[in-house]
Amino acid sequence: MVDQSAVGREFTPVTAHVEPGRLRFFLDTLGENNPLYRDAKAASGAGYAAPPVPPTYLFCLEMMDATVPFEFLTALNIDLARVLHGEQRFDYHAPVMIGDTLTFRPRVTSVAEKKGGAMTLVVVETAVTNQNGVHVADVSRTVVIRNPRPS
Amino acid sequence: MTPTIGARIFHKEFPPITRHRLALYCGASGDHNPIHVDLDFAKKAGFPDVFTHGMLVMAYLGQALTDAVPPPRLRTFSTRFVAITQLGARLTCEGHVAELVERNGERCAKLALTTKDENGDVKLSGEAVIAL
Repeated sequence: MVDQSAVGREFTPVTAHVEPGRLRFFLDTLGENNPLYRDAKAASGAGYAAPPVPPTYLFCLEMMDATVPFEFLTALNIDLARVLHGEQRFDYHAPVMIGDTLTFRPRVTSVAEKKGGAMTLVVVETAVTNQNGVHVADVSRTVVIRNPRPS
Repeated sequence: MTPTIGARIFHKEFPPITRHRLALYCGASGDHNPIHVDLDFAKKAGFPDVFTHGMLVMAYLGQALTDAVPPPRLRTFSTRFVAITQLGARLTCEGHVAELVERNGERCAKLALTTKDENGDVKLSGEAVIAL
């Protein structure tokens, strides 16, 4: 079971590219038709040098380009089948758009037991910087682990 | 313009969640957790069926949000995944003005966000801070 010793653990930084084809697949999947995300002219009218990414796409970029998928789960010996997504938060500091190369640096910031040990909540916070070293966002994910009942 | 507390900023309905949508989202998002697309895996993990990625539901909420609020004004966006979203769910996303705040010297509005299914059950409960 994950315990307090996991707090402070860092995982392999992920470098991700904001590619137009992959972004279009995401937009099509969600029926997202806002021209801002698809059309360079609409984006430029809104003050962007290129179409920006939708608000949750940072989460996807990190997963798509991770060389070890779900690294924080395997590193902490957590069974993927026992994990649920509890909370998700994004803090946006600067625009992210097509053509950017981002670096994600995840680390564990909190581990808490709930319901008498039936669940463990793990918070992973990830700072995101772009190719110019600009800190563009912070992403925070809380996963809920359904612990097996002691036999 | 100063928004009114309690004012509804957006209301958007989405088509029913299908297995096909979950498969597409698996590829499009990079979230390859089999629990959302592989019935055998989901059953073994103790669920009656596959279920929707929480982040797909949050993406719908984000879409409804940025239909109404230009993305450059978005400062924070957070949600709590209150309940699992089942296959077939028809989701409705709403945002209301909760309070006016100052954040890093900037006038902002805090929005209260919800996503509910066709039975009115809350799936996501969230918050966004937008610059005014």
